Amino acid sequence: MPDATGLELIAQRVRDSVAAEAVTGTAFYREEATLEVAPAAVHDALAYLRDAEDEPWPLLMSLHGCDYLPEEPRLAVHYQLLSMERVDRLNVKTRLGVEDPRLPSVVDLYPTANFQEREVYDMFGVVFEGHPDLRRILMPEDYEGFPQRRDFPMGGEPVMFTFNEDEYPRWYD
Amino acid sequence: MEVTRTKVDDLRVRQLKAQQLLRGELEGKDLEQEVEKRLLFTRFEEAQNWARKNALFPLGFGLACCAIEMITVIGSPRNDLSRFGAEVIRFSPRQADLLIISGRVATKMAPIIRRLYDQMLEPKWVISMGACASSAGMFNNYAIVAGCDKFLPVDVYVPGCPPRPEALIYSIMKLQDKIMGHPDMGWRERYRAQGTEEIA
Amino acid sequence: MTDPLQVPYRERERSVTMEPLGEERLHDELFTINIGPHHPATHGVLRLLTTLEGEIVRDVKPIIGYVHTGIEKSCEDQQYWKAITFVERMDYLSYYYNAQAFCMAVERLLEEEVPPRAEYLRVLHLELNRVASHLFWIATAALDIGAITMLWWGCRDRDLVLDLFEMSSGQRIHTRYFQVGGVMEDIPPGFEAKTREFVKVMHKRLDQYLSLLDRNEIWLQRTKGTGIVPVERLLELGVTGPLLRAAGHPWDLRKAAPYSAYDQFDFKVPVGTVGDNYDRFRVRIEEMRESLGIVEQALDGLPEGPWITRNRKVALPPRHELATSMEALIHHFKLVTEGFRVPPGETYAAVESPRGELGCFVLADGSSKPARVHMRDPSFVNLQSLPDMAKDALIADFIACVAMLDPILGGVDR
Repeated sequence: MPDATGLELIAQRVRDSVAAEAVTGTAFYREEATLEVAPAAVHDALAYLRDAEDEPWPLLMSLHGCDYLPEEPRLAVHYQLLSMERVDRLNVKTRLGVEDPRLPSVVDLYPTANFQEREVYDMFGVVFEGHPDLRRILMPEDYEGFPQRRDFPMGGEPVMFTFNEDEYPRWYD
Repeated sequence: MEVTRTKVDDLRVRQLKAQQLLRGELEGKDLEQEVEKRLLFTRFEEAQNWARKNALFPLGFGLACCAIEMITVIGSPRNDLSRFGAEVIRFSPRQADLLIISGRVATKMAPIIRRLYDQMLEPKWVISMGACASSAGMFNNYAIVAGCDKFLPVDVYVPGCPPRPEALIYSIMKLQDKIMGHPDMGWRERYRAQGTEEIA
Repeated sequence: MTDPLQVPYRERERSVTMEPLGEERLHDELFTINIGPHHPATHGVLRLLTTLEGEIVRDVKPIIGYVHTGIEKSCEDQQYWKAITFVERMDYLSYYYNAQAFCMAVERLLEEEVPPRAEYLRVLHLELNRVASHLFWIATAALDIGAITMLWWGCRDRDLVLDLFEMSSGQRIHTRYFQVGGVMEDIPPGFEAKTREFVKVMHKRLDQYLSLLDRNEIWLQRTKGTGIVPVERLLELGVTGPLLRAAGHPWDLRKAAPYSAYDQFDFKVPVGTVGDNYDRFRVRIEEMRESLGIVEQALDGLPEGPWITRNRKVALPPRHELATSMEALIHHFKLVTEGFRVPPGETYAAVESPRGELGCFVLADGSSKPARVHMRDPSFVNLQSLPDMAKDALIADFIACVAMLDPILGGVDR
């Protein structure tokens, strides 16, 4: 885990090599380093971190999405990078708004992102440009809606008690 | 001189009588007695049901964690389903007659299970194993069909998460009772509530 | 063109070679078939859209989602200690690992210390679960490849492990044993003796399994040399666990980034050489042996002390205190009705499950329910290596690859 100063140095290097506005923030919480980047610069930042960085991060362990509902911008995609040589993890995060969330796909850098980006698309609706096969992976292909957003209803059946059992249609109705 | 008489074994007597019966050496009353001892009167339906219940062919179909317990029931020497004649798992629905829904039914999987059920030939039975197959289980959300009885007629429900192998064996025994025509009414017997069954 | 029937037989025979007849005569029709969600060999409901050319697999697309349960969304509605039960049912063969990853993440957010006895008990149960998971894997993998005896033997020995779990927690599967801050309760007397007996028996049984499979010509022919993927490609695809170790890369989170009490144990990590199905099989069998060693060491070195943290804000107070102490009653009430609150933050914790790196991402927003739980499931990522393994392999080798890949569809679909 790069410590707080190491994280700032990494942020500085990414800013130097990609763009000054690429890195929008850093966070060091509970011994974990998070680098926040702007959505448009994700691909370049990850390419830099994988290839050109002095201490490269060659593996993507996890790509997952998150919905920070009361805070704007709502959606986020986390990239959990791992370096086996230094046994080090770095979390790279981008924040997106919920209207028209688009991100460049990193499948060409990390082929492991294939299924995982599909899952983020399926669950949150984030469109990854450049993904070879962006379809729904867990829900049926023709499903509408993005289930794991916080404002999507939980669904399921209402629990029937005796006080409300007349309100719900039974199988014989 | 002491005469000791050893009691002739009952088995030996039966063996001798059977020998005589088969050779046609018995006459009259002896013959009638022997034949009555060996004759079993039943109806054809009962015999058919008896044969069906003792030779259930489960469909090899497992969805999630309950499938592990189902495989334990079928495969483990301790809880062994071949005691009840049901150890032949047929993977083709055309050759199976018992569908054990073992696991949570996702909305994507439900039409497939229905298709499997339709492909099975009559007579067929369904055991809904586990909490997730009987009702939604603990997953009351968008992705799960709340109970496989929404699209299948179920004969026996097995509670548990996952049910113990002994529970699954108990459910198969209850199913066997049902096949014989004496379904175990459970609480309806105890509380004299015949007539409250919901037949789907 | 001479009439082939007039040609003498010996000459006809000599003209038959095993060369393909030229490109235009081959099966140029690619046949796409569904090795459907209901199939004896797909280890759960995995649908494989295979494109075949004759008997050779040219392309395979795994289609998943048939057991998607929305576990991650359900967890957002439950208190943290209730979410443990949801998360356990994800990768349903290695339930303790799911619970461990989640508890580790929440403990990290809370900055909660786990007492040493609880750490040892956790390691003990984790390694027993690894043995049980690998036993089930060998039972079903051997069944797929055809060695049906292993199904009976694997299930028989797995029952012994499940008996131990039943002793310690009351349930065979999906025990709610790991809690945030430790384990639910102490192991009963008699557990240690039974575990030691099991370890002794299991060592002999592993030798039996190897003697059944390892010298069986059919098994060797089916597993040696099939399903090889180079290490770089595996790393690109994010594959971890026995698959990566079989290919020669010695990455094991228990050794590289020790969590829980693993740094106090002495064990080896089996690593293969070639990366074919045979190596995967051997790596897992040796892992079982090492796990038995760890179980013995855990029993030998089990420290005394509490089995769950003493912090009453996180763990329930023991029942006898409720009768005498008002604070204990209030803590109990708050914990049961509302649950403990976790300060806002997010973290990712990873453990080494029998299938690879199992990670848990927890986002806490200050309330008593997690705002987002994401499990990085190893089978989900390992499944992406299936097209690489199956390229230009025969269908039988392809089925062996699926068997040796050990996908658990509960984890893949969550």
